[in-house]
Amino acid sequence: MRSTTVAGERVPGDGPDEPQTAPVVRASGLRKQFGDVIAVDGLELSVPAGTCFGLLGPNGAGKTTTMRLLLGQSTPDAGSIDILGYEIPRERKHARIHVGVVSQQDTLDEELTVRENLDVFARLYRVPRRRRTAAVDQAMALAGLTERVNTLVHALSGGMRRRLLVARALVHQPRLVLLDEPTVGLDPQVRHELWALIEQLRADGVTLIMTTHYIEEAERLSDAVALMVRGDIVDQGSPADLRRLHAGGEAVEFYGPPHRLDEIAAAAAAANLPTRRVANSIAVLRAEEDCTQRLVSGIDMPAQRRPSTLEDVFVLRTGETIE
Amino acid sequence: MSSVDSPARSVRLGRFEIAAVLALWRREWILFRREWSSITFSATIEPIIYLLAFGFGFGSLVAFTHGYRYLDFVGTGVVATAVLFASIFPAMLDTFVRSRYQNLYDTLLGTPIDARELVTAQGSWIGLRAGVYGTAPILVAMAFGLPPSWGMLLVPVIGFVMGFGFALLGIWVGMSVPSMNTIEYVISGLVTPLFVFAGTFFPLDGLPGWTQTIARINPLYHCVELVRHSVFGFDPGKDALHLGVLLIFTVVCWLLATRKVARKLVT
Repeated sequence: MRSTTVAGERVPGDGPDEPQTAPVVRASGLRKQFGDVIAVDGLELSVPAGTCFGLLGPNGAGKTTTMRLLLGQSTPDAGSIDILGYEIPRERKHARIHVGVVSQQDTLDEELTVRENLDVFARLYRVPRRRRTAAVDQAMALAGLTERVNTLVHALSGGMRRRLLVARALVHQPRLVLLDEPTVGLDPQVRHELWALIEQLRADGVTLIMTTHYIEEAERLSDAVALMVRGDIVDQGSPADLRRLHAGGEAVEFYGPPHRLDEIAAAAAAANLPTRRVANSIAVLRAEEDCTQRLVSGIDMPAQRRPSTLEDVFVLRTGETIE
Repeated sequence: MSSVDSPARSVRLGRFEIAAVLALWRREWILFRREWSSITFSATIEPIIYLLAFGFGFGSLVAFTHGYRYLDFVGTGVVATAVLFASIFPAMLDTFVRSRYQNLYDTLLGTPIDARELVTAQGSWIGLRAGVYGTAPILVAMAFGLPPSWGMLLVPVIGFVMGFGFALLGIWVGMSVPSMNTIEYVISGLVTPLFVFAGTFFPLDGLPGWTQTIARINPLYHCVELVRHSVFGFDPGKDALHLGVLLIFTVVCWLLATRKVARKLVT
């Protein structure tokens, strides 16, 4: 069995009441089938407190189904889930008191103001009356929406809506936040705003699980990423470890006609070097190693050196491109 | 389990939480405060038009029915119509739009709310509204000479029970139909017969036997009878039966709606 505990690069936020080692989320042997489609297939997951865990995979890999299973909005066919000591799905209602959810779609109440949206959710999450106003104010400040307290949601810009969606998931000060494709379809500036917000949460010691199919997002925000393909995690670790382990530090990318690229692929395979092939180019990985240097120097073709990326790892490990 | 004694475990929610229902009512109340005029207009104008049209139209042909002035007979009967319209229509449409296009129900069920609390909150809120709007025809009839009685005070309560039931039926329909068009079938095929064969505009005992059978299984008929008796004088034996039918109908619809929401939204 594959090791399931992830060694994050960052020291987990250690609350006084919580041993650092206790994972916030633990799932084992998770399986979910819809008709003939196996959406999640024997998934193992363990997320330590205070870390950001990225579930990375192409559309249809089972990321959203995994999130729904964790929240108890979907019932697994097999396997067990433990969130903060609660057994899911049996104790899902209790667990959700401590979990915030940022959904893929914008599900804000259009006809409600910023404050009303947050107030209703504070009530749904049973924030006690005496703390409610402060909780709503705090969430608004976090999302930078204090100036917009009484604005109706349909009058907010796209970026503000998205920030409100995140603020709504935080109004009850959850210990775990699930973000399902939080930046899909956003323009780059809004995406960066949201990243800053997520980084702040992590700095505050909140545990985060995020699905994404943007490599850059996973690489930048996650302490650990899991590469998910066809319902299962094929590899996981910190982005840097995964890069080092599978792709090395650098890659050399060659551009040329298919038959030349074939030759390079064959030469690399003979030297036991990993390559990554896309339509009109081939990348030879581990470019900083001696044997790669020798191979590369013998090839007379336009080439470009670049640092290896998590995407190289992903393609290498799964045989699939992400987008 | 290592995390058993973490503070999270100290929070326990009840199997059914009033706080959950109140939180959802809060949302409805905010929306209602913004839209009360259009909601109130659409909920009351139609039954009042029926009341006036039938009351004065037929009333000029038929002065008395079963010992009641015809306008009073219709005025009390149309209460049930008002309750039906104010409950099943918004319940069907809201449920369809909220669950299908706004993903609202899915979002709510990701918070510490379960299907039973959700269905109870939505249904009872619409039921409350229907109970209040159901009194409109009585007030109009009073303006045209219906004598006041203490029993009238029970009309909103009866309206609430009936409205709650039909709201739950509406939630079940809204969750079950594949498209907006299917709701049209439900309106023509279910709502219209319910409202015609309820003894609202004409007494049922002069009609063929089969219509009476339909009426007996029509909860709206029992609502009409109960409202009339609370205005004109109770018949304890019969009224217990009428109330029993309304309660059973509401319980059955609650079970149907809850099961439907849970099955549709928890995959």
